[in-house]
Amino acid sequence: MIEKLIFYVFAALLIGSATMVIVSRQSVRAAFFLIVAFCASAVLWMLLSAEFLALLLIFVYVGAVMTLFMFVVMMLNLDQESLQEKFVRYLPFAVLLVALMVGVLVYAMKPGHLGELGLAISPHPSADYSNTKALGLLLYTHYVYAFELAAVILLIAIVAAIGLTHREKSRNKRQRIDAQLAATKADRLQILQLEAEK
Amino acid sequence: MNFTPPDFFPAILEMLTLGMTCLVMLVYLFLDQKNRGITYFLTQITLLGTAVVAISLHGSPEVITFDGSFILNSQAILLKIFILLSVSFVLMYSRTYIRENDILHGEFYLLVLFSVLGMEVLVSAYSFLTLYLGLEIFSLPLYALIALKGNKPVCQEAAIKYFIMGAIASGFLLYGISLIYGACQSFNIHEIISMMSLSIHTEPLLLTLGLVFMSAGALFKLGIAPFHMWVPDVYEGSPNAMTLLIATAPKLAGFALLTHILVEALPVLFPQWQYLLIAVALLSMAVGNIIAIVQDNIKRMLAYSSIANMGYMLLGLIAGTPRGYGAALFYMIIYVVMSLGAFGVITMLSRKGFELEKVDDFKGLNTRNPWLAFMMLLILFSMAGVPPSAGFFAKVGVLEALVKVNIVWLPAVALVFAIIGAYYYLRVVKVMYFDEPLEKTPVILESFDTQLAISINGLAVFFLGLFPTTLIELCQQAFLA
Amino acid sequence: MIDLLIALVWIVLKILLIALPLLGAVAYMTLAERKILAYAHVRIGPNRVGFAGLLQPLADGLKLFFKEIIIPSKANPVVFVLAPIVSFATAAAAWAVIPFDEGWVLANVNAGLLYVLALTSLGVYGILMAGWSSNSKYALFGAMRSAAQVVSYEIAMGFALVGVLMAADSTNLQDIVLRQQGGLWHWYWLPLLPLFVVYWISGVAETNRAPFDMAEGEAEIVAGFHVEYSGMSFAIFFLAEYANMILISALASVLFLGGWLSPFEGIPVLGSLFSFVPGIIWFFAKMAFFLFLYVWLRATLPRYRYDQIMYLGWKVLIPVTIVWIVVTGLLIEWRVAPWFI
Repeated sequence: MIEKLIFYVFAALLIGSATMVIVSRQSVRAAFFLIVAFCASAVLWMLLSAEFLALLLIFVYVGAVMTLFMFVVMMLNLDQESLQEKFVRYLPFAVLLVALMVGVLVYAMKPGHLGELGLAISPHPSADYSNTKALGLLLYTHYVYAFELAAVILLIAIVAAIGLTHREKSRNKRQRIDAQLAATKADRLQILQLEAEK
Repeated sequence: MNFTPPDFFPAILEMLTLGMTCLVMLVYLFLDQKNRGITYFLTQITLLGTAVVAISLHGSPEVITFDGSFILNSQAILLKIFILLSVSFVLMYSRTYIRENDILHGEFYLLVLFSVLGMEVLVSAYSFLTLYLGLEIFSLPLYALIALKGNKPVCQEAAIKYFIMGAIASGFLLYGISLIYGACQSFNIHEIISMMSLSIHTEPLLLTLGLVFMSAGALFKLGIAPFHMWVPDVYEGSPNAMTLLIATAPKLAGFALLTHILVEALPVLFPQWQYLLIAVALLSMAVGNIIAIVQDNIKRMLAYSSIANMGYMLLGLIAGTPRGYGAALFYMIIYVVMSLGAFGVITMLSRKGFELEKVDDFKGLNTRNPWLAFMMLLILFSMAGVPPSAGFFAKVGVLEALVKVNIVWLPAVALVFAIIGAYYYLRVVKVMYFDEPLEKTPVILESFDTQLAISINGLAVFFLGLFPTTLIELCQQAFLA
Repeated sequence: MIDLLIALVWIVLKILLIALPLLGAVAYMTLAERKILAYAHVRIGPNRVGFAGLLQPLADGLKLFFKEIIIPSKANPVVFVLAPIVSFATAAAAWAVIPFDEGWVLANVNAGLLYVLALTSLGVYGILMAGWSSNSKYALFGAMRSAAQVVSYEIAMGFALVGVLMAADSTNLQDIVLRQQGGLWHWYWLPLLPLFVVYWISGVAETNRAPFDMAEGEAEIVAGFHVEYSGMSFAIFFLAEYANMILISALASVLFLGGWLSPFEGIPVLGSLFSFVPGIIWFFAKMAFFLFLYVWLRATLPRYRYDQIMYLGWKVLIPVTIVWIVVTGLLIEWRVAPWFI
């Protein structure tokens, strides 16, 4: 009973905050709602006794990724008026597209599948069952190739981020010889024909 | 839990590339500023060495390893060989450009190597999970590479555009994968095939939707109309060396992505995707060939030409026979060789502070460097499909495959578009040979390897036209097993 | 239904049993800090209110309680009020899994270590929210600095905990303590010494305490993220900071100093001599040691510069932890006695 109650409360919270992420016009507020959405989904995972994933979601996404995200968003000063304008301009098209997509998807997935009957409820694991251990065993054996590849993606992200941000300081007062040599008379000298004062 | 270590040997190419990439990274970090040219040579050694290993692997029997998420067959090996060789040529062409334009070359070579690794992974993927990971590994470095050149707003705009479009493509692909997973309960292509015959009756619509989303993702990556909007902008905005890179090897990887999805995983849905591809191919050929005519910017023109060429390549897949798939692969390889040459010449003609962009910049190239002009001539003739060039046989191959399965109207339409397309290629030839040059100074290529590379490239187009049978047979074999 | 109610009341009682002493500890921690700092400066410290200044925290509390809470104009009132609450709630909630003695724990969850890590990583939101909603430059700067610092040191801290996790082969805090049985030399501080040091340094950084207190940086940015706060809302930030310090100390004791275990276990005479001391006393003694370290550091070291903090975090602590994780793996693989048998 209590589990069901928790589920419905947090599912509602998740959907509500996810909606607010898209709807809110202030980017910081949207980010805050995203955090709420993450926390709510972590609780839902907890109900599935996937405690490792749930805590990792909070630790990695809420604790680290979103912190950096907020860092950037707080610095931004978006022009909200112009954003709203464009939002409304494409609205009919977007609504049409979304309605079409949702319609087709609902039809394809057959609402019958979404009921509780379609879900195979996994039995509650025993007390000494460790979610972390099971996940580790699977990751390092069955999915070892994919796991290593995911690590490579992180390495690429590091190299790319450093490559993009590590630029020579533009503020230092070094002599730029090539610019000096390439300069022509036209760059520096302007001959004006001035009317003589009478 | 019993665990037998998987067979690592089939992944030797990926392991070699990754190991050497890490070595290049360390060497680059600990080298003096002066000796940093070594990274270039190490990179070339990596690419060519891996290519040699790949060639030696060719002909070995098909292996599936890592619990069915990795496959090594003749198709994968063939694609890997050409990916490695084409990237090696890309680096030869762009070496001077990189040095002159103050691009952080260590990062450049590293990201290129990572991208190559991603392409290899993608080509060998046998499960949707590795397919997606490969796609990301090969695209992420490309986004960064475009923005690597200083603070140019144009480059950054191109990079952002490419990145966002790539993200949308990934989103489409992932969504499609999730739908197919819902119907088949597996990521492994092998298991999907076996589940498919069952679920096609219970979940036909779900599978079709998954197919549409997944192929939309792949078409996005290949830049096929109606998902082509980004191609001209990104080609135009990127520095020439990066355009050269993204216009060549990634096309081969994109081809692998498309064939993994359509030919290998979802052959049961052939009737559905045939119609999809027919519409898309027609649109691509029309958009590419017609809009290319009005372009003054050579990079934009070649971008539209690439859209059209991707349309032609799809014709081979539409045929739905191993012969057709082989023809499509052959078309793709020939296209990559041609576009390597064309963008290679563009990159070589760019100098510090001068990006060759306009068609008019080619004016009188014949008087400035006759050999380079001649190579460009061979490549452009081949692109236009003039017999007996390689481009001609590539086009004949895909059209023939269609005729073999009694689709005649499509090849006829394709021919009309090919004739329209010939105009803008030949215009460049005319500009090179019959117009007065804007600049009289002769073009001198500094390094020997660049000269050698463009000669090999131009002549390859010519000789593949004269003796196409070996390569065609290799491509056919890749799909027969 | 009655059973459920009784269980509920029991849980609330247990929570109060942890929370009230925690508040008391926070109050007297402030006094202890001022006293220790004073002695470090060769002063006497607060000595007027009550006997030897013992009622000083109460007086401070009353003062803050009766002050006006000011919400700046153009601040975001909802977030502004929520920020201190978030700060304190995360600091308090982590206490649910801390074992005070064998079986003395509110929630004996399997993933206790991860739970603590997740909740401490949430603490930064209180600071971020405060900095942003105050609509003040100094507050925003303080929040930015703190966010960057916390995220950087969280990595080193997480890695240090990975070492503990490997050694104990469990993420349950009670199990981790029980694995360290056997006296001073069996605790994990010895085989995991580099990780212990890294954990402690990043713990100090995570709580934004001196010498890593640039989020406050009263010389440069007045008081950082809580510059606009007053009265009780400020007091709650204060509470959260001290609750976090006590939490980090408790965790350090649990993970590296054997929690409630006696240091003399297994030593012939001393072991039996001290066997009457209850575990919780040992636990509090270890916590007190770490809390003293906090104040000692504050009295001794000048504040780090921003780039120095980043350098230390990324280029010193993280590589050290990575290397030592490998070493720990080897130690476990070779079954080095007496820790990994």
